[in-house]
Amino acid sequence: MISYILRRTFAAVILLLVVSAVTFAIFFLLPRLAGQTADQLAQQYIGKAPSKADIAAVKHNLGLDQPVYVQYWHFIKGIVAGADYSIGPTTVHCDAPCFGYSFKNHQAVWPELTSRLPITLSLAVGAAVLWLVSGVIAGVISALKPRSVLDRAFMGIALTGVSLPMFFTGNLAILLFRYQWPIFGSEYVPLTENPSQWANTLFPAWCSLALLYSAIYARLTRSGMLETMNEDFIRTARAKGLREGTVITRHGLRAALTPIITVFGMDIGLLLGGAVITESVFSLHGIGQYAVQGITDNDLPKILGVTLLAAFFVVIANLVVDVLYAAADPRVRLS
Amino acid sequence: MRRSALAAIAAIGSASLLIAGCSKADDNKNENGNTKSAGANAATKGVVNASDKKGGTLTYELSDVPDSFDPGNTYYAYMYNLSRLWARPLMTFKPGAGEEGNTLVPDLAAGKGVPSDGGKTWTYKLRPGLKYEDGSPITSKDVKYAVERSNFARDVLSLGPNYFQQFMADADKYKGPYKDKSAKGLSSIETPDDTTVVFHLKQAFQEFDYLVAAPQTAPVPQAKDKGVDYVKHIVSSGSYKFQSYEDGKQAVLVRNENWDAKTDPLRKQLPDKIVVNLKVNPETIDQDVLAGKAIDLAGAGVQASTQADVVTDPDKKAGTDNTFGGRLVYMAINTKVAPFDKIECRKAVQYAIDKVSVQTAEGGPIRGEIASTVLPPDIPGYAKSDVYATSGNKGDVAKAKEQLKACGKSSISTNISARSDRPQEIDAATAIINSLKKVGINASLKQYPSGKYFTDYAGVPKFTEKQNLGLIMMQWGADWPSGYGFLQQILNGKAISQSGNTNLAQYDNKDVNALLGKAIGTQDTTERNSLYTQIDKKTMDDAVLVPLTYFKVLLARPQNYTNLVSTAAFSGQYDYLNIGVASK
Repeated sequence: MISYILRRTFAAVILLLVVSAVTFAIFFLLPRLAGQTADQLAQQYIGKAPSKADIAAVKHNLGLDQPVYVQYWHFIKGIVAGADYSIGPTTVHCDAPCFGYSFKNHQAVWPELTSRLPITLSLAVGAAVLWLVSGVIAGVISALKPRSVLDRAFMGIALTGVSLPMFFTGNLAILLFRYQWPIFGSEYVPLTENPSQWANTLFPAWCSLALLYSAIYARLTRSGMLETMNEDFIRTARAKGLREGTVITRHGLRAALTPIITVFGMDIGLLLGGAVITESVFSLHGIGQYAVQGITDNDLPKILGVTLLAAFFVVIANLVVDVLYAAADPRVRLS
Repeated sequence: MRRSALAAIAAIGSASLLIAGCSKADDNKNENGNTKSAGANAATKGVVNASDKKGGTLTYELSDVPDSFDPGNTYYAYMYNLSRLWARPLMTFKPGAGEEGNTLVPDLAAGKGVPSDGGKTWTYKLRPGLKYEDGSPITSKDVKYAVERSNFARDVLSLGPNYFQQFMADADKYKGPYKDKSAKGLSSIETPDDTTVVFHLKQAFQEFDYLVAAPQTAPVPQAKDKGVDYVKHIVSSGSYKFQSYEDGKQAVLVRNENWDAKTDPLRKQLPDKIVVNLKVNPETIDQDVLAGKAIDLAGAGVQASTQADVVTDPDKKAGTDNTFGGRLVYMAINTKVAPFDKIECRKAVQYAIDKVSVQTAEGGPIRGEIASTVLPPDIPGYAKSDVYATSGNKGDVAKAKEQLKACGKSSISTNISARSDRPQEIDAATAIINSLKKVGINASLKQYPSGKYFTDYAGVPKFTEKQNLGLIMMQWGADWPSGYGFLQQILNGKAISQSGNTNLAQYDNKDVNALLGKAIGTQDTTERNSLYTQIDKKTMDDAVLVPLTYFKVLLARPQNYTNLVSTAAFSGQYDYLNIGVASK
């Protein structure tokens, strides 16, 4: 098991390097190949009517006057060993992992990412618990009572949930629960400061996000359970005289969980990289909102930072999923 | 006698309220018990909910993030407006309705600038007793330092304008305070004593008082300047100071105890606390504004969905202000792209466009009035005129074809550019394409992202010529409310640059260039404004810009806030200097 995790960790590091190189190339190399000069790149980050001296100074300060491979090397070196940046009157040291400074407002990227991560984490985990529990329960009931009223009701809700875009359900939830019936708060409060207000503020966002995701889980669980409950080992378990509840949860659901774990791992990994629309709709200052700002401002270090963080979470989530496979399904071995 | 005296007092009181256009905050309920509005457009005519009531928390919400809270690193109109709460420039705009808001008044300075040397030298005296939030005195050296850091260190403080860099004498020799560590600094700004600051310019500039109304002249103590990190610990010279600041999320301001009302005839310091929430969902902002809980900091007006709601409900409409935003929506005709180098072809375009269809595409009359001049009505120098008048503003196919024939063409193939992330601009361009098609001008739409519109595409003359971009969609607002502030960047032939160009028509007319130069050196305001009118007329005669609409904003007025007045000085936004809270 340990050697497996080590191997996967090493592969993950290589993968992240590849992701960083590709992302860097997309944002720094492609514009050059398309004919954009370093001066034009630099000029995006200066106010109106810059002088030639202004452009030259900004180009130098952002490192855009260097070859792209040198810029990439400095970026990677910064992540591992930190880097020095001029902030005007002085030069400051940006500690590792240094993801660079925003080209727009010259603020360090990494502290911004870490300050926003708890919000994204709160959103993702809370919603994940809701959609996992509701989706799996709905899926199991539907599978055990196929074509029943409950089955049709759950699947109908699932279909509706997956069909409605977040900017509709989110805005509707805000309108209903913050203005029509002001039950929920609007200002995010950290879990450590006030757990009840934290949950109160995030609940509409959790529900909106869970409605979107639980549909997939309900359908996945339903199809998985329908298939599993007809397997020979279920018949054997019943023949051994096990209670039906035990047969469903310990044998049926456990075997049907494998594809759910796979999808769950991916979803959580992606969400931790930023639930872009949900965070924007609910005005949550998470990673996703930071990504949107980076894209709006064409702020390459911000975009690069979010991309790498998202890739990191996806890679880690996949690793955890692979390890969980073995625990969930005895037929899988990691050796 | 007593009764008549009371009646006289009552009459005078009522009259003064009417004259001042004020509506009081306290008797503000209608028959249903709901908050009564002062009426549609009330804040464009006077102060709504005038009150000196102190206390409460005032909330601003913004769907975006500002460029910076640092007064030396910002260029957004709403930050020019808001930053005056913590950064007092030498001059500012009087809180007043509409064009009255364009009136310049001294802020940190004791009086207006005193010109000498024919307008090449400007001297300002600071008010006595000025202090920072920490109680230390504000001196003229801090004003000088603020100008130096904001204009001459653009490698780190890059987001503000650089007018001082352009206009100060000896500017090209100065490397900025972070590189030039000498005590002297920029030689063309002198501080003979702690309360006097003297600016020496390259050329006569009679609107220098406007320039020093920018937050870039708000004092910054050199010892506390941390360059880009100054934004995290701004030292206030205004009536509020920062309690907390989270980049891209929120700023909280509280009263500055060391601000002295005796040194400041403009500010009232009404709320206990001011909260600025950033990156708030635009729909949420509208809901909060309508609920009286927030002000839309950007002042760009309500969302389209909210607009439909408020304009159809008389009660809600009474709580709105529909006003000019100091901007012109126009289409530049590129004089360097054939056949638009010929005036007749340009005139054909002028006559061909159905401006009503363009107005409709942009959201109707509430979002803009049909335009026929370069200067919008809220900018001094505007004079009503319509050189290419057509019946009902719907275009004149016959006249357009006549001009086309005079140009030696029966049809034209060209391209029209618009910003891909501005749907209204794309819709307007599409309406123009349909108009032009009727006279034989076939224009294909080219879309470019707004972030690179000027640096890579429409603002790069070589690119426009190579891509046959004959027509370019544009929207423009003045950096300061004067003809020069509006026209200089879009009509001055000397301002054409190879990238980041905003003179999109590449219009280089000797007469216009000379008139601009003459205007800025003319001391008499009336004469100067008449020169701006002449420039406007000359430009229209040359048919290089097609004015489409005078941009308007539809602001929802939060009922719970006091002293709301929409000012032309800040694109129709409410003046943020003295807004208070009616009930806590």
